[in-house]
Amino acid sequence: MNKQLLDAGISRRSLIKGATALGAAGLILPAGYRKAAAQPRKGGTMRIAMGHGNTSDNLDPATWDNAYVQVMASTIHNYLTEIGTDGTLQPEIAESWDASSDAATWTFRIREGVTFHSGKDVTPEDVVASINYHRGEDSTSAAKPIVDPIRDIRVDGQNVVFELEDGNADFPFIMSDYHLPIMPSSDGRIDPSSADGCGGYVMQNFEPGVEARMTRNPDYWKSGRAHVDEVIMLPIIDAAARQNALITGEVDVIDRVNLNTVHLLERSGSIRIISVPGTQHYTFVMDSRVDPFTDNNIRLALKYGVNRQQLVDTVLSGYGVVGNDHPIGRSNRFFADELEQRELDPDRARHYLREAGMDSLQVDLSASDAAFGGAVDAAVLFAESAAEAGININVVREPSDGYWSNVWMVKLFTAVYWGGRPTEDWMFSTAYAAGAAWNDAFWEHERFNQLLSEARSELDETRRREMYVEMQRIVKDEGSTIIPMFANYVMAVSEAIATPEDIGANWTMDGFRAPERWWMA
Amino acid sequence: MTLVLRMIAQRLALGLLTLFVVSLLIFGATELLPGDFAEAVLGQAATPETVAAIRRELGLDQPLVLRYVDWLWGAVQFDFGSSLAQRNRAVSDLIATRLGNTLFLALYAAAMAVPLALTLGILAALWRNSLFDRVANSSALSAISFPEFFVAYILIYILAQGGWFPSMARLPAGADLGEKLYRAFLPALTLTLVVTAHMMRMTRAAIINLLASPYIEMARLKGMRPSRVIVHHALPNAIAPIVNVIAINLAYLITGVVVVEVVFVYPGLGQLMVDSVSRRDIPVVQAVALIFAAAYVLLNLTADVISTLSNPRLMHRK
Repeated sequence: MNKQLLDAGISRRSLIKGATALGAAGLILPAGYRKAAAQPRKGGTMRIAMGHGNTSDNLDPATWDNAYVQVMASTIHNYLTEIGTDGTLQPEIAESWDASSDAATWTFRIREGVTFHSGKDVTPEDVVASINYHRGEDSTSAAKPIVDPIRDIRVDGQNVVFELEDGNADFPFIMSDYHLPIMPSSDGRIDPSSADGCGGYVMQNFEPGVEARMTRNPDYWKSGRAHVDEVIMLPIIDAAARQNALITGEVDVIDRVNLNTVHLLERSGSIRIISVPGTQHYTFVMDSRVDPFTDNNIRLALKYGVNRQQLVDTVLSGYGVVGNDHPIGRSNRFFADELEQRELDPDRARHYLREAGMDSLQVDLSASDAAFGGAVDAAVLFAESAAEAGININVVREPSDGYWSNVWMVKLFTAVYWGGRPTEDWMFSTAYAAGAAWNDAFWEHERFNQLLSEARSELDETRRREMYVEMQRIVKDEGSTIIPMFANYVMAVSEAIATPEDIGANWTMDGFRAPERWWMA
Repeated sequence: MTLVLRMIAQRLALGLLTLFVVSLLIFGATELLPGDFAEAVLGQAATPETVAAIRRELGLDQPLVLRYVDWLWGAVQFDFGSSLAQRNRAVSDLIATRLGNTLFLALYAAAMAVPLALTLGILAALWRNSLFDRVANSSALSAISFPEFFVAYILIYILAQGGWFPSMARLPAGADLGEKLYRAFLPALTLTLVVTAHMMRMTRAAIINLLASPYIEMARLKGMRPSRVIVHHALPNAIAPIVNVIAINLAYLITGVVVVEVVFVYPGLGQLMVDSVSRRDIPVVQAVALIFAAAYVLLNLTADVISTLSNPRLMHRK
């Protein structure tokens, strides 16, 4: 007995410890999750069906715009940095990094001994070329706005030095963006149509809109990652077809599970639902430049008129968490859990209406299922709960086609979907900073904007946390956006799939890394 | 016979003209759609500079007429250019396998649907107003009345979740014919159910129409069996309308099955067309539209040739 254990590389002590932990886990966790604690197993074929992907997809990082190519990219490529399952930044091709005291100059040390699938070494020159591809006058990249603040990139021995226009303490986070893989270069340019990368899998066949087949990279530098031999990714846009493919065993993993039918999947014993509370959130945004929304009392009255739990239970079938009127999710580093959760409170809503000098309020709310699945239902539920406070919301059902160009940021009170961003600064700068292109509430707050630019170049984590908490408080209490719910990323897997206990929440599919992090049970 | 040959030549020339007009219409229509490739590909992340850069790179900033003439010049030399979304892939390469898949599915469905429809139609005419006629009619009509995706889901529910056939019709590379027929059975069956009613009803109506003719009465008076009357005497004269309906349905099987493709994850031309339109990938849209138009032209031509050949009055005109 003893010998066998030793052979397996487990001491008696660790076995006992493991057994206790497993027993305890068995008590707390639902049955489906126990498998997650098992040791990763090598081998097998993982077949993934995604709710995105079409015939126009391609290998050019400048064009990646849907979850199918994003997962595919993260499977064949590596990035300078990686966002871990706990939301912290992990080194990848960059071994380590340092900032100047003003956070405007960043030095990344490039890992040595990493090779591309073609056998070429990954060099600092490749890193420079990979990022430069998205910069410059002629850039056609969707990532151009996020690399625009880079003034200069240069190679310094094994380091790559980035000079930024202004300090940005989150710059290493930006380098984890899915548009910015490290690709092989020659003469300072990458070949954007090449599938060569330094990730855990090698592309064997990519037929856009049909399938991508990748096999394990035998020389992958990471240990404890990329467990399966082969990954097959299929785009199956139709939600019912995707679900059927999983039920009939044609695939092992699906994403974007239809929340209306998720209970049917739950009932079938052999399928496990993976639901991760991430950063994607649904909002009702008010144009703060136009009456009555100029008055913060009116905005507060509306915020107190939402029955958040009811929205999560019905619109999201329970697969989400209530929002607190700021866009920072629980998986974010500086999420302010000390802020009091706002609840439906008709008395307070009435109080704020009186403060604004009104007895009742009449507003139109524009919604369409283009904003998010169930947006019209959510708006109707909102109208019902707000009616208790004397607020009369007239729900206007807008056409889905052209919603983003004709309704969003045009009508005064609209339903909106946000995918969320991995850092607080990224989220706030995108949609809440004064003058930002997608500041859909046209909201300006002096103290908020001042904090935003100060926090960006602040390197002291405690100080940053204080600032971001204050900004979340400001958006919650004075912002012009109602954020009633955060929608989970909901995926389903067959019994053949095992996952680590922690699953990344920064994007769907374990932060796009499921093929690298999951394995066949 | 020269008559038929001349007709074929004339029709082919007209067909080319049709294709030219179709290409003009498609080009104009995609131009009318809001947004272009640059905006569609960048989506939410579009900024004026990147949009301009993409347009410059792909020549989308050129005037409409110039772009069309450019495309046309390539097209008459059978060079359909390369896809805007995948610049290193020729349109012909992109389309080849999908066209093969689409034709395979269309032929598969037709091979089931046409004999089934003809048999049912003839039997329904033979035993008209019988219980068989009523059941065949009402079941074919209900199959055609349900939307395709509904028929597809019902078949998946019964046949795929029951474990008999795969719910996904994806054809693995290098699969043999048997495997392909097995994998594509459900979409082919769905299409069969959808197109059978039309052809069956036309067969039945065309034959019944003829049954009132004096020559049929003569045949009956000679004491011929009803089945022989129908198959040998009525059917040959009913070929023209039946063939026309079959041609229309075959063309539909090639061009109109995108919903079935989506439900069964079958990589055919329909999905490619829809994706390319939403991306405003004009070279691909043009090429696929031309294939669809050509399918209609050729099938209609075939139907006309067959009806001419089957009709002595047209063959031996004075």
